[in-house]
Amino acid sequence: MKSGSTLEKVIASGKPAVTAELGPPMSADGHEVVKKAQLLKGFCDAANITDCQTAVVRISSIAAAAIAFQNGLEPVMQMTCRDRNRIAMQADLLGAAALGLKNCLCLAGDHQKFSAAGKLKGHPGAKNVYDLDTCQLVGVLKKMRDEGKQEGGDPLEVAPKFFIGASWTPMGDPIDFRPINLMKKVNAGADFIQTQGIYDMALFRKQMEKIRNMGLHEKTAILAGIIVPKSAMMLKYMDSSVAGVSVPKEMIDRMNKAKAAAGEDKKKMRELQEQEGLKITVELIHQALETPGVKGVHIQAIEWESAIEGIVKAAGLYPRPQV
Amino acid sequence: MIVGSQKPIDEIWNMVKDKKKVLVFGCNTCVAICHAGGEKEAETIASLLRMKASQEGKQMEVSHLGVMRHCEPEYFDPVMNDVTKFDIVVSTACGVGVNFLSDRTGTVPVVPGINTSFYGAVEAPGKFKELCAGCGDCILHLTGGICPIARCAKTLMNGPCGGTNKGKCEVSNEIDCAWYLIVERMTKLGQLDKLAQVQPPRNWATSRDGGPRRISLEHIAEYEAKEEAKAGK
Ligand code: SF4
Ligand code: SF4
Repeated sequence: MKSGSTLEKVIASGKPAVTAELGPPMSADGHEVVKKAQLLKGFCDAANITDCQTAVVRISSIAAAAIAFQNGLEPVMQMTCRDRNRIAMQADLLGAAALGLKNCLCLAGDHQKFSAAGKLKGHPGAKNVYDLDTCQLVGVLKKMRDEGKQEGGDPLEVAPKFFIGASWTPMGDPIDFRPINLMKKVNAGADFIQTQGIYDMALFRKQMEKIRNMGLHEKTAILAGIIVPKSAMMLKYMDSSVAGVSVPKEMIDRMNKAKAAAGEDKKKMRELQEQEGLKITVELIHQALETPGVKGVHIQAIEWESAIEGIVKAAGLYPRPQV
Repeated sequence: MIVGSQKPIDEIWNMVKDKKKVLVFGCNTCVAICHAGGEKEAETIASLLRMKASQEGKQMEVSHLGVMRHCEPEYFDPVMNDVTKFDIVVSTACGVGVNFLSDRTGTVPVVPGINTSFYGAVEAPGKFKELCAGCGDCILHLTGGICPIARCAKTLMNGPCGGTNKGKCEVSNEIDCAWYLIVERMTKLGQLDKLAQVQPPRNWATSRDGGPRRISLEHIAEYEAKEEAKAGK
């Protein structure tokens, strides 16, 4: 075992792994993290704790991960390259390991201009760092863990033992380069990969075929990203505006149909769309897990953590394996 | 070349409004090409300041001047006597020129008339584009001549982020994604294998992060010293 994390053990057991996501609040309210952790606990092997996602200030991923951990939920601490240089990153990694955290997901992070897609003020005037990029951060984690050395070369008497993850956008532009992109992350040392949300399963399967031909699925554990759809509007937005995500027209039509069935009743409109969204999610999970080379699913119910229990149960992924 | 754009006239006015004798001093190289701070633009700024002064009922004498380059003493040495007669100099050279001139004007303040933005090129008439960030350790041979430091919003070294959308950068759909272009170019050059190599963490000490930089060419200095000695004999 590289880290001994539950996630690593479940993957090693050969059973499909399930990760979820916990978005820390935009305030100092630690109870919010506890509440969300309780909703997810037992229904996933580990939950990603996002790192100021969409470039807005939230409880730091390391602090929220520690709170989740203390409350019985195994965290995957996310670490973006946007806000910290290699000194701060390694310091945080040592701190996180000292707090008992065992999984870390490396990612570039949304540009500071993003500000929750313009919905919030955010900090578009912030200076970004990008001292390292995702591949390089993965390499630094590996060097710390396996060689017991800091990036600069100084020795680490006690090395942080992380199960190292990286994000991957399988259908992003330029699509033919994306397998090479994944290969680089794997060569740098990524033990597991969580993908961007997938709706177009046919296209994802085409990309996975290339990945299998490259043998990458054996060198890393690929967890397919599933973003729980809540409404037709959300699906349309994801399709038109979110990079690397395309939503088949039939799926949007299906959601529209659910919406139409509610007539003029706004509340019912929401409920029926959510129900349809949950059904779609379960189908996507099954299709993802049937795809050769996929070792698990990363289910993101954004600001809807309470949905995870039902989804995991309906998908036949409950109870989670005891490892 | 260095590309900049003129500061709003009110901002310049606020810098000079309490002075009696103002010189707007243009530079006729890079910033003239980008229509920001050549002698012609210096003249325009000077007349705008005169108008502003008369509107505000202020006694102000505003002149303008231009030299070929603000970044080499030999170009402005001949006019330095005139320059230092003013109460304040608005330099419309790039930041380099403002810094360099400031060092040489004694008690006369030099203030910037333009915002210096980047190292770029003339894409089309009136359109300028950032292409290099002066990082001090060029890697263009690895990226098909397209700079990921200057042209990728995240200065990524190992390929595109997840934000590339239809060839555009996640920062704005008006900006090309540098990595999209790099992949396209390297594919065309048959060098995609180069992009498959993991680029290790960079040594940013060669860029501004290492503190202000200097390059000294010993052989040139030695040569000049010898020439001077010869001339002295
Ligand atoms: S790699 Fe450095 S020197 Fe080369 S173009 Fe980019 S910023 Fe300029
Ligand atoms: S979209 Fe392209 S240019 Fe923009 S930050 Fe990502 S890789 Fe860089």
